[in-house]
Amino acid sequence: MSSEQSRGYLPRDRAWHPPALAPDYKSSRLRSPRQPLLVLPTTLSEESGPVFGHDIIGPRDDDLIHNYAADGHSALGPRILVHGHLRDQSGRAVPNALIEVWQANAAGRYRHPNETYIAPLDPNFGGCGRCLTDADGYYRFLSIQPAPYPWPNGPNSWRPAHIHFSLFGEAFAQRLITQMYFEGDPLIPLCPIVNAIPREDAVDTLIARLDMDAALPMDMLAWRFDLTLRGRAQTYFENRPEGL
Amino acid sequence: MADDDTRHESPSQTAGPYVHIGCLPNWSGIAGVYAEDPGSRLINADTRGERVSVTGRIFDGDEAPVLDAVIELWQADAGGLYPSPVETRGVADPNFGGWGRVASAFDSGEFRIDTIRPGRVPYPDGRLQAPHINCWIVARGINVGLQTRIYFADESDANAEDPVLASIEPRARVDTLLAQPDAEGAFRFDIHLQGERETVFFDI
Ligand SMILES: [Fe+3]
Repeated sequence: MSSEQSRGYLPRDRAWHPPALAPDYKSSRLRSPRQPLLVLPTTLSEESGPVFGHDIIGPRDDDLIHNYAADGHSALGPRILVHGHLRDQSGRAVPNALIEVWQANAAGRYRHPNETYIAPLDPNFGGCGRCLTDADGYYRFLSIQPAPYPWPNGPNSWRPAHIHFSLFGEAFAQRLITQMYFEGDPLIPLCPIVNAIPREDAVDTLIARLDMDAALPMDMLAWRFDLTLRGRAQTYFENRPEGL
Repeated sequence: MADDDTRHESPSQTAGPYVHIGCLPNWSGIAGVYAEDPGSRLINADTRGERVSVTGRIFDGDEAPVLDAVIELWQADAGGLYPSPVETRGVADPNFGGWGRVASAFDSGEFRIDTIRPGRVPYPDGRLQAPHINCWIVARGINVGLQTRIYFADESDANAEDPVLASIEPRARVDTLLAQPDAEGAFRFDIHLQGERETVFFDI
Protein backbone atom coordinates (compact mmCIF):
# COMPACT_ATOMS: atom_id res chain seq x y z
CA MET A 1 0.00 0.00 0.00
CA SER A 2 1.47 3.39 -0.92
CA SER A 3 1.84 5.99 1.78
CA GLU A 4 -0.59 8.30 -0.06
CA GLN A 5 -3.35 5.76 0.49
CA SER A 6 -2.76 5.49 4.19
CA ARG A 7 -5.56 6.73 6.39
CA GLY A 8 -3.58 6.40 9.59
CA TYR A 9 -5.07 7.94 12.71
CA LEU A 10 -3.46 10.18 15.28
CA PRO A 11 -2.48 8.32 18.44
CA ARG A 12 -4.81 8.90 21.37
CA ASP A 13 -3.54 11.59 23.73
CA ARG A 14 -3.55 9.45 26.88
CA ALA A 15 -2.91 12.49 29.10
CA TRP A 16 -6.23 13.93 27.94
CA HIS A 17 -8.24 10.75 28.60
CA PRO A 18 -8.70 9.23 32.04
CA PRO A 19 -6.00 6.70 32.96
CA ALA A 20 -7.07 3.05 33.16
CA LEU A 21 -6.53 3.08 36.93
CA ALA A 22 -8.26 5.92 38.76
CA PRO A 23 -8.28 4.64 42.38
CA ASP A 24 -11.08 6.96 43.55
CA TYR A 25 -13.28 5.27 40.96
CA LYS A 26 -13.28 1.93 42.74
CA SER A 27 -14.41 -0.25 39.83
CA SER A 28 -11.28 0.72 37.91
CA ARG A 29 -8.98 -0.92 40.47
CA LEU A 30 -9.53 -4.52 39.36
CA ARG A 31 -10.47 -3.76 35.79
CA SER A 32 -7.48 -1.70 34.69
CA PRO A 33 -4.68 -3.31 32.69
CA ARG A 34 -1.32 -2.83 34.45
CA GLN A 35 0.94 -3.54 31.48
CA PRO A 36 1.52 -0.59 29.16
CA LEU A 37 -0.67 -0.60 26.06
CA LEU A 38 1.19 -1.82 22.97
CA VAL A 39 1.53 1.25 20.76
CA LEU A 40 1.26 0.51 17.04
CA PRO A 41 0.35 2.47 13.93
CA THR A 42 -3.20 1.87 12.74
CA THR A 43 -3.67 -0.74 10.03
CA LEU A 44 -6.54 -1.23 7.62
CA SER A 45 -8.23 -3.19 10.42
CA GLU A 46 -8.53 -0.02 12.51
CA GLU A 47 -8.82 2.48 9.64
CA SER A 48 -11.98 0.82 8.33
CA GLY A 49 -15.23 0.57 10.23
CA PRO A 50 -18.89 -0.32 9.96
CA VAL A 51 -21.26 1.87 7.99
CA PHE A 52 -24.77 2.47 9.26
CA GLY A 53 -27.56 3.61 7.00
CA HIS A 54 -30.81 5.40 7.63
CA ASP A 55 -32.54 2.02 7.26
CA ILE A 56 -31.63 1.03 10.83
CA ILE A 57 -33.04 4.22 12.33
CA GLY A 58 -36.73 3.92 13.24
CA PRO A 59 -39.02 6.96 13.21
CA ARG A 60 -38.94 7.40 17.01
CA ASP A 61 -35.39 6.27 17.72
CA ASP A 62 -34.33 9.90 18.31
CA ASP A 63 -37.29 10.68 20.56
CA LEU A 64 -36.76 9.18 24.02
CA ILE A 65 -39.83 11.05 25.24
CA HIS A 66 -42.02 8.77 23.13
CA ASN A 67 -40.07 5.76 21.87
CA TYR A 68 -41.01 3.56 24.86
CA ALA A 69 -44.25 5.32 25.82
CA ALA A 70 -47.72 3.88 25.41
CA ASP A 71 -49.79 5.48 22.67
CA GLY A 72 -50.88 8.93 23.72
CA HIS A 73 -48.42 9.02 26.62
CA SER A 74 -44.98 10.51 27.11
CA ALA A 75 -42.11 10.16 29.55
CA LEU A 76 -42.20 12.17 32.79
CA GLY A 77 -39.70 14.93 33.39
CA PRO A 78 -38.45 18.16 31.92
CA ARG A 79 -38.48 17.84 28.13
CA ILE A 80 -35.11 18.55 26.52
CA LEU A 81 -33.59 18.78 23.08
CA VAL A 82 -29.92 17.79 22.85
CA HIS A 83 -27.98 18.74 19.76
CA GLY A 84 -24.47 19.40 18.59
CA HIS A 85 -21.76 18.94 16.02
CA LEU A 86 -19.56 15.90 15.51
CA ARG A 87 -16.15 16.60 14.02
CA ASP A 88 -12.72 15.03 14.04
CA GLN A 89 -9.52 16.46 15.46
CA SER A 90 -8.78 18.41 12.30
CA GLY A 91 -12.22 19.98 12.47
CA ARG A 92 -13.77 18.01 9.62
CA ALA A 93 -17.46 17.26 10.11
CA VAL A 94 -18.25 13.55 10.55
CA PRO A 95 -21.44 12.85 8.56
CA ASN A 96 -23.67 9.75 8.82
CA ALA A 97 -22.16 8.77 12.17
CA LEU A 98 -24.27 6.59 14.46
CA ILE A 99 -24.78 8.10 17.91
CA GLU A 100 -26.39 5.89 20.57
CA VAL A 101 -27.50 7.35 23.89
CA TRP A 102 -28.79 5.94 27.17
CA GLN A 103 -29.74 7.52 30.46
CA ALA A 104 -31.60 7.32 33.76
CA ASN A 105 -35.14 8.64 33.98
CA ALA A 106 -36.29 11.89 35.62
CA ALA A 107 -36.06 10.18 39.04
CA GLY A 108 -32.50 8.91 38.49
CA ARG A 109 -33.48 5.30 37.85
CA TYR A 110 -32.33 3.09 34.96
CA ARG A 111 -34.47 0.48 33.27
CA HIS A 112 -31.97 -2.35 33.74
CA PRO A 113 -31.98 -5.80 35.41
CA ASN A 114 -29.07 -4.88 37.72
CA GLU A 115 -30.48 -1.51 38.82
CA THR A 116 -31.27 -1.34 42.56
CA TYR A 117 -32.02 2.34 43.25
CA ILE A 118 -35.32 2.88 45.11
CA ALA A 119 -36.45 5.71 42.82
CA PRO A 120 -39.41 4.69 40.63
CA LEU A 121 -39.37 3.47 37.06
CA ASP A 122 -41.36 5.54 34.61
CA PRO A 123 -43.57 3.10 32.68
CA ASN A 124 -43.30 5.39 29.65
CA PHE A 125 -39.51 5.74 29.59
CA GLY A 126 -37.06 3.16 28.23
CA GLY A 127 -33.92 5.27 28.29
CA CYS A 128 -32.32 4.41 24.94
CA GLY A 129 -32.20 6.25 21.64
CA ARG A 130 -30.06 6.79 18.57
CA CYS A 131 -29.59 9.05 15.61
CA LEU A 132 -27.26 9.63 12.68
CA THR A 133 -25.34 12.85 12.11
CA ASP A 134 -26.49 14.72 9.00
CA ALA A 135 -24.36 15.55 5.96
CA ASP A 136 -22.74 18.40 7.90
CA GLY A 137 -22.06 16.41 11.07
CA TYR A 138 -24.98 17.71 13.14
CA TYR A 139 -27.13 15.51 15.37
CA ARG A 140 -30.23 16.04 17.48
CA PHE A 141 -32.43 13.99 19.77
CA LEU A 142 -35.25 14.61 22.23
CA SER A 143 -35.38 13.31 25.77
CA ILE A 144 -36.20 14.19 29.35
CA GLN A 145 -33.73 15.64 31.84
CA PRO A 146 -32.16 12.72 33.74
CA ALA A 147 -31.76 13.08 37.50
CA PRO A 148 -28.58 12.52 39.52
CA TYR A 149 -28.40 9.15 41.29
CA PRO A 150 -26.45 7.53 44.12
CA TRP A 151 -24.02 4.69 43.43
CA PRO A 152 -21.98 2.29 45.56
CA ASN A 153 -18.50 3.78 45.20
CA GLY A 154 -17.80 5.72 48.39
CA PRO A 155 -20.08 6.15 51.42
CA ASN A 156 -22.03 8.97 49.75
CA SER A 157 -21.30 8.97 46.02
CA TRP A 158 -23.69 10.56 43.55
CA ARG A 159 -23.43 10.78 39.80
CA PRO A 160 -24.16 14.19 38.30
CA ALA A 161 -27.03 14.14 35.82
CA HIS A 162 -25.63 12.70 32.60
CA ILE A 163 -26.40 11.06 29.29
CA HIS A 164 -24.18 8.25 28.01
CA PHE A 165 -23.01 8.63 24.40
CA SER A 166 -21.64 5.94 22.09
CA LEU A 167 -20.06 7.25 18.89
CA PHE A 168 -19.00 5.65 15.63
CA GLY A 169 -16.84 7.53 13.18
CA GLU A 170 -15.59 6.27 9.84
CA ALA A 171 -12.98 3.99 11.42
CA PHE A 172 -12.98 1.42 14.21
CA ALA A 173 -10.01 3.41 15.61
CA GLN A 174 -12.41 6.28 16.35
CA ARG A 175 -14.81 4.24 18.47
CA LEU A 176 -15.65 6.19 21.60
CA ILE A 177 -18.00 6.05 24.59
CA THR A 178 -18.33 9.09 26.80
CA GLN A 179 -20.85 10.98 28.94
CA MET A 180 -22.52 14.36 28.63
CA TYR A 181 -23.01 16.51 31.73
CA PHE A 182 -25.21 19.56 32.22
CA GLU A 183 -23.81 23.07 32.72
CA GLY A 184 -24.22 24.27 36.29
CA ASP A 185 -24.61 20.86 37.95
CA PRO A 186 -22.87 21.13 41.36
CA LEU A 187 -22.24 17.37 41.42
CA ILE A 188 -19.84 17.46 38.45
CA PRO A 189 -16.70 18.39 40.45
CA LEU A 190 -17.55 15.81 43.14
CA CYS A 191 -17.76 12.82 40.80
CA PRO A 192 -14.89 10.28 40.82
CA ILE A 193 -15.72 9.22 37.24
CA VAL A 194 -15.52 12.82 36.05
CA ASN A 195 -12.41 13.40 38.14
CA ALA A 196 -10.69 10.43 36.54
CA ILE A 197 -10.14 12.86 33.67
CA PRO A 198 -6.85 14.52 34.60
CA ARG A 199 -7.46 17.97 33.12
CA GLU A 200 -10.19 20.45 33.94
CA ASP A 201 -10.26 21.78 30.38
CA ALA A 202 -10.88 18.24 29.17
CA VAL A 203 -13.78 17.84 31.62
CA ASP A 204 -15.19 21.13 30.36
CA THR A 205 -15.61 19.67 26.86
CA LEU A 206 -18.05 17.09 28.30
CA ILE A 207 -20.36 19.74 29.80
CA ALA A 208 -23.29 20.66 27.57
CA ARG A 209 -24.30 24.31 27.45
CA LEU A 210 -27.83 25.58 27.87
CA ASP A 211 -28.78 26.83 24.39
CA MET A 212 -31.72 29.22 24.58
CA ASP A 213 -31.55 29.92 20.84
CA ALA A 214 -32.39 26.27 20.13
CA ALA A 215 -35.03 25.94 22.89
CA LEU A 216 -38.58 25.39 21.68
CA PRO A 217 -40.75 28.03 23.41
CA MET A 218 -43.47 26.58 25.66
CA ASP A 219 -42.13 23.09 24.86
CA MET A 220 -38.53 22.21 25.72
CA LEU A 221 -35.14 23.59 26.70
CA ALA A 222 -32.14 22.82 24.52
CA TRP A 223 -28.60 21.75 25.37
CA ARG A 224 -25.66 22.06 23.00
CA PHE A 225 -23.03 19.32 23.12
CA ASP A 226 -20.28 19.11 20.50
CA LEU A 227 -18.08 16.04 20.20
CA THR A 228 -14.69 15.34 18.65
CA LEU A 229 -13.42 12.01 17.32
CA ARG A 230 -9.85 10.94 16.60
CA GLY A 231 -8.45 12.57 13.48
CA ARG A 232 -6.23 11.31 10.73
CA ALA A 233 -2.47 11.71 10.78
CA GLN A 234 -2.30 12.42 7.05
CA THR A 235 0.73 14.67 7.10
CA TYR A 236 2.71 12.30 9.23
CA PHE A 237 1.83 9.31 7.14
CA GLU A 238 2.46 11.02 3.80
CA ASN A 239 5.94 12.02 4.89
CA ARG A 240 7.02 8.81 6.50
CA PRO A 241 9.28 6.42 4.64
CA GLU A 242 7.59 3.40 3.07
CA GLY A 243 7.34 0.52 5.49
CA LEU A 244 7.97 2.43 8.68
CA MET B 1 -12.90 25.49 11.51
CA ALA B 2 -10.07 27.02 13.50
CA ASP B 3 -11.82 26.19 16.75
CA ASP B 4 -9.17 25.24 19.32
CA ASP B 5 -11.41 22.55 20.81
CA THR B 6 -11.09 20.48 17.67
CA ARG B 7 -7.50 19.65 18.48
CA HIS B 8 -8.52 17.27 21.26
CA GLU B 9 -10.61 14.15 21.05
CA SER B 10 -13.59 14.14 23.41
CA PRO B 11 -12.36 12.48 26.60
CA SER B 12 -13.60 8.94 27.12
CA GLN B 13 -15.79 8.00 30.08
CA THR B 14 -16.73 4.54 31.30
CA ALA B 15 -19.69 2.86 29.62
CA GLY B 16 -20.91 2.08 33.14
CA PRO B 17 -22.90 -0.94 34.34
CA TYR B 18 -25.96 -0.13 32.23
CA VAL B 19 -24.28 0.07 28.81
CA HIS B 20 -26.72 -2.59 27.58
CA ILE B 21 -29.60 -0.11 27.68
CA GLY B 22 -28.06 1.92 24.89
CA CYS B 23 -26.13 -0.77 23.03
CA LEU B 24 -28.18 -3.97 23.42
CA PRO B 25 -31.60 -2.81 24.65
CA ASN B 26 -33.55 -5.95 23.70
CA TRP B 27 -30.94 -8.14 25.39
CA SER B 28 -31.33 -6.06 28.58
CA GLY B 29 -35.13 -6.39 28.53
CA ILE B 30 -36.13 -3.17 26.79
CA ALA B 31 -38.40 -4.45 24.04
CA GLY B 32 -40.17 -2.55 21.35
CA VAL B 33 -37.79 0.35 20.79
CA TYR B 34 -35.37 -1.24 18.28
CA ALA B 35 -36.51 -4.11 16.05
CA GLU B 36 -33.26 -5.89 16.86
CA ASP B 37 -30.11 -5.12 18.80
CA PRO B 38 -27.35 -3.57 16.70
CA GLY B 39 -24.61 -6.06 15.84
CA SER B 40 -26.50 -9.09 17.09
CA ARG B 41 -26.08 -10.99 13.80
CA LEU B 42 -22.68 -11.07 12.09
CA ILE B 43 -23.59 -13.73 9.54
CA ASN B 44 -26.57 -15.06 7.64
CA ALA B 45 -27.21 -18.26 5.66
CA ASP B 46 -25.54 -16.82 2.55
CA THR B 47 -22.36 -15.48 4.17
CA ARG B 48 -19.29 -16.99 2.54
CA GLY B 49 -16.64 -18.66 4.65
CA GLU B 50 -15.93 -21.16 7.39
CA ARG B 51 -18.29 -20.84 10.35
CA VAL B 52 -16.49 -20.38 13.64
CA SER B 53 -17.68 -19.61 17.11
CA VAL B 54 -15.61 -17.99 19.83
CA THR B 55 -16.74 -18.24 23.43
CA GLY B 56 -15.01 -16.87 26.46
CA ARG B 57 -15.12 -14.79 29.58
CA ILE B 58 -13.44 -11.62 30.77
CA PHE B 59 -11.68 -11.81 34.15
CA ASP B 60 -10.79 -9.00 36.52
CA GLY B 61 -7.69 -8.71 38.72
CA ASP B 62 -9.25 -11.06 41.29
CA GLU B 63 -9.89 -13.64 38.55
CA ALA B 64 -13.62 -13.02 38.95
CA PRO B 65 -15.61 -13.07 35.71
CA VAL B 66 -16.84 -9.67 34.53
CA LEU B 67 -20.62 -9.91 34.26
CA ASP B 68 -21.43 -6.57 32.67
CA ALA B 69 -19.08 -6.07 29.71
CA VAL B 70 -19.93 -5.43 26.08
CA ILE B 71 -17.47 -6.48 23.37
CA GLU B 72 -17.56 -5.06 19.88
CA LEU B 73 -16.02 -6.91 16.99
CA TRP B 74 -14.77 -5.80 13.61
CA GLN B 75 -13.28 -8.19 11.08
CA ALA B 76 -12.68 -8.78 7.39
CA ASP B 77 -14.76 -11.21 5.35
CA ALA B 78 -13.53 -14.67 4.34
CA GLY B 79 -11.59 -13.13 1.44
CA GLY B 80 -9.84 -10.60 3.66
CA LEU B 81 -11.93 -7.62 2.53
CA TYR B 82 -13.59 -5.09 4.82
CA PRO B 83 -17.15 -3.95 4.11
CA SER B 84 -16.05 -0.33 4.37
CA PRO B 85 -15.69 2.67 2.05
CA VAL B 86 -11.93 2.70 2.70
CA GLU B 87 -11.61 -0.81 1.27
CA THR B 88 -9.99 -0.31 -2.16
CA ARG B 89 -8.89 -3.86 -2.97
CA GLY B 90 -12.28 -5.25 -3.92
CA VAL B 91 -15.86 -5.55 -2.80
CA ALA B 92 -16.56 -7.43 0.42
CA ASP B 93 -19.17 -10.18 0.73
CA PRO B 94 -22.56 -8.38 0.68
CA ASN B 95 -23.83 -10.95 3.20
CA PHE B 96 -21.25 -10.02 5.79
CA GLY B 97 -21.37 -6.77 7.74
CA GLY B 98 -18.09 -7.29 9.59
CA TRP B 99 -19.30 -5.67 12.80
CA GLY B 100 -20.79 -7.36 15.84
CA ARG B 101 -21.61 -6.70 19.44
CA VAL B 102 -21.88 -9.28 22.23
CA ALA B 103 -22.39 -9.03 25.97
CA SER B 104 -21.05 -11.03 28.89
CA ALA B 105 -23.93 -13.01 30.35
CA PHE B 106 -25.21 -11.47 33.59
CA ASP B 107 -24.92 -14.82 35.43
CA SER B 108 -21.80 -16.56 34.05
CA GLY B 109 -19.97 -13.79 32.25
CA GLU B 110 -19.73 -15.94 29.12
CA PHE B 111 -19.90 -14.29 25.71
CA ARG B 112 -20.35 -16.06 22.40
CA ILE B 113 -19.43 -14.84 18.92
CA ASP B 114 -20.85 -16.62 15.88
CA THR B 115 -18.97 -15.53 12.79
CA ILE B 116 -16.77 -16.70 9.92
CA ARG B 117 -13.01 -17.10 9.92
CA PRO B 118 -11.66 -13.83 8.51
CA GLY B 119 -9.24 -13.68 5.61
CA ARG B 120 -5.86 -11.97 5.73
CA VAL B 121 -5.54 -8.21 5.31
CA PRO B 122 -2.37 -6.21 4.69
CA TYR B 123 -0.32 -4.28 7.20
CA PRO B 124 0.53 -0.72 6.03
CA ASP B 125 3.81 -1.94 4.49
CA GLY B 126 2.05 -4.62 2.45
CA ARG B 127 2.94 -7.66 4.54
CA LEU B 128 -0.10 -9.81 5.32
CA GLN B 129 -1.55 -9.90 8.80
CA ALA B 130 -2.83 -13.21 10.13
CA PRO B 131 -6.62 -13.69 10.35
CA HIS B 132 -7.85 -11.69 13.30
CA ILE B 133 -10.92 -10.09 14.81
CA ASN B 134 -10.53 -6.62 16.28
CA CYS B 135 -12.18 -6.31 19.70
CA TRP B 136 -13.18 -3.27 21.69
CA ILE B 137 -14.19 -3.91 25.31
CA VAL B 138 -16.24 -1.55 27.44
CA ALA B 139 -17.67 -1.99 30.94
CA ARG B 140 -18.04 -0.42 34.33
CA GLY B 141 -14.54 0.34 35.62
CA ILE B 142 -13.01 0.61 32.13
CA ASN B 143 -12.31 4.30 31.56
CA VAL B 144 -11.22 4.03 27.92
CA GLY B 145 -12.47 1.16 25.75
CA LEU B 146 -9.82 -1.56 25.52
CA GLN B 147 -8.59 -2.62 22.10
CA THR B 148 -7.35 -6.12 21.53
CA ARG B 149 -7.42 -8.77 18.81
CA ILE B 150 -8.53 -12.38 18.58
CA TYR B 151 -6.14 -14.51 16.52
CA PHE B 152 -6.62 -18.24 15.88
CA ALA B 153 -4.14 -20.69 17.40
CA ASP B 154 -4.54 -23.09 14.45
CA GLU B 155 -3.15 -20.47 12.02
CA SER B 156 0.44 -21.02 13.13
CA ASP B 157 2.08 -20.16 9.79
CA ALA B 158 0.11 -16.94 9.33
CA ASN B 159 0.54 -16.02 12.98
CA ALA B 160 4.31 -16.43 12.69
CA GLU B 161 4.33 -13.80 9.91
CA ASP B 162 1.96 -11.35 11.56
CA PRO B 163 3.59 -7.94 12.14
CA VAL B 164 1.34 -7.10 15.08
CA LEU B 165 2.02 -10.37 16.90
CA ALA B 166 5.71 -9.93 16.06
CA SER B 167 5.83 -6.68 18.02
CA ILE B 168 4.69 -8.27 21.29
CA GLU B 169 7.26 -8.56 24.09
CA PRO B 170 7.75 -10.66 26.09
CA ARG B 171 6.90 -13.38 23.55
CA ALA B 172 4.95 -15.40 26.09
CA ARG B 173 2.23 -12.74 25.97
CA VAL B 174 1.43 -13.60 22.33
CA ASP B 175 -0.58 -16.54 23.68
CA THR B 176 -3.03 -14.13 25.31
CA LEU B 177 -4.29 -13.22 21.81
CA LEU B 178 -4.73 -16.78 20.52
CA ALA B 179 -8.18 -18.32 20.54
CA GLN B 180 -7.69 -22.02 21.23
CA PRO B 181 -9.55 -24.69 19.23
CA ASP B 182 -12.11 -26.37 21.45
CA ALA B 183 -14.34 -28.46 19.22
CA GLU B 184 -14.91 -28.46 15.45
CA GLY B 185 -15.28 -24.81 14.46
CA ALA B 186 -15.37 -23.72 18.08
CA PHE B 187 -12.73 -21.65 19.82
CA ARG B 188 -12.16 -20.48 23.37
CA PHE B 189 -10.84 -17.00 24.09
CA ASP B 190 -10.62 -15.67 27.64
CA ILE B 191 -9.60 -12.09 28.35
CA HIS B 192 -7.70 -11.11 31.50
CA LEU B 193 -7.85 -7.43 32.41
CA GLN B 194 -5.07 -7.73 34.99
CA GLY B 195 -2.64 -10.16 36.53
CA GLU B 196 -0.16 -12.74 35.34
CA ARG B 197 -2.17 -13.63 32.27
CA GLU B 198 -3.09 -10.03 31.39
CA THR B 199 -4.23 -9.85 27.76
CA VAL B 200 -2.23 -7.66 25.39
CA PHE B 201 -4.17 -4.44 24.80
CA PHE B 202 -3.28 -2.02 22.05
CA ASP B 203 -2.97 1.69 21.62
CA ILE B 204 -3.53 1.45 17.89
FE1 LIG C 1 -25.06 6.46 34.18
